[in-house]
Amino acid sequence: MSKLRVVHYINQFFAQIGGEEKADYPIELREGTPVGPGLAFTQAFGEDAEIVGTIICGDSYFNENIEETTKKVVEMVKGLKPDVVIFGPAFNAGRYGFACGTCAAAVHDELELPVVTGMYPENPGVDTAKDKAYVVVTKNSAADMRHAVKVMAPLALKLARHEHVGASCEEGYINQGIRVNFFEKKRGSERAVEMLLKKIAGKPYETEYPMPSFDRVEPMPAVKDLAHAKIALVTSGGICPKGNPDHIESSNATKFGEYSIEGVTDLTEETFETAHGGYDPSYANEDPDRVLPVDIMRDLEKEGVIGKLHELFYTTVGNGTAVASAKKYGAEIGKRLLSAGVNAVILTST
Amino acid sequence: MVKEIERSGLPVVHVCTVTPISMTVGANRIVPAIAIPHPLGNPSLPKEEEKALRRKIVEKALKALTTEVTGQTVFKD
Repeated sequence: MSKLRVVHYINQFFAQIGGEEKADYPIELREGTPVGPGLAFTQAFGEDAEIVGTIICGDSYFNENIEETTKKVVEMVKGLKPDVVIFGPAFNAGRYGFACGTCAAAVHDELELPVVTGMYPENPGVDTAKDKAYVVVTKNSAADMRHAVKVMAPLALKLARHEHVGASCEEGYINQGIRVNFFEKKRGSERAVEMLLKKIAGKPYETEYPMPSFDRVEPMPAVKDLAHAKIALVTSGGICPKGNPDHIESSNATKFGEYSIEGVTDLTEETFETAHGGYDPSYANEDPDRVLPVDIMRDLEKEGVIGKLHELFYTTVGNGTAVASAKKYGAEIGKRLLSAGVNAVILTST
Repeated sequence: MVKEIERSGLPVVHVCTVTPISMTVGANRIVPAIAIPHPLGNPSLPKEEEKALRRKIVEKALKALTTEVTGQTVFKD
């Protein structure tokens, strides 16, 4: 029997082309020899399957050209006639995860091929594909590659062979929201009592009917009188005073910064910089207004378009930062802004 | 962060390049930006033109803040 055909999508980093300075690397197809994590997959496949092509694309390039790049990925995959397509794994890399998820969903929809990817559950890419792709749960860093491949490779083989795939909790992928009927060994009343006893004893138990979480916030009313409003700037792009006095981490930030821009009319290379490690910092370091537009806000303040620019700005690094941390910072920043009489917020992200 | 600040009672406009991520996260007012490493700028433009571009995005952000929305809204051109 001939080997099953696998196409693999990876970013510029895993293709060993470069880091953030190469994140604008355009999409490319390499046929034949596996690249980067493709080697580990090839090893795991053994004689059963082979990677016939690797699609490589820079993370910024993808996210700045989403529609056309997705189309190209679908075309490239189509030309290679695979049995299954693997994306990543992307772990907790946001742009990479988003690229993997978006392309996986498109390949699933347009070519009706099975797709497998791997992500940390907080990756924003999960939501783009979890009902279409098999998104294997990984840890939040590439150190988890070995485990990710160990779960993803056999799952990909099963899908390529159209074999039965077990429930998400058995196979290690994220729940797709699909229900399948099956016979339990124990009857419902017995399972319910067991669960209740575990709950009373404070032991971990698994519900059979998890509630969906809808975490949406109602939009606040619009600003009525802009000319008398106090506007604050907040960013996840890591802009901070030169030297990063509070040592905000370049990834997985454990804090946010509150800094004064009283009397500052323009952020310059000499006075401010970015602490962010998830994008090429050269443009932001050269002119931090490109991320935090203090210069424009001062002009608008002088012209009377806005009432006042709040004299403090808030900043953190949104790079692999845990959702729980971001939530905490947001709540605290909101409280401080409200008590300072701020009326509205412009939040910039990179 | 966008969501939590809004939850505290302030309207927030999210200026970002990858607007679909902002949708997933749950921002209500979204204004598209230029590029990931320079959301409010374009280093290939002369300084004055770049500043004019930045001003246009900030003005759009302010327009979003003064516009009532009932759900997630991306403010395109």
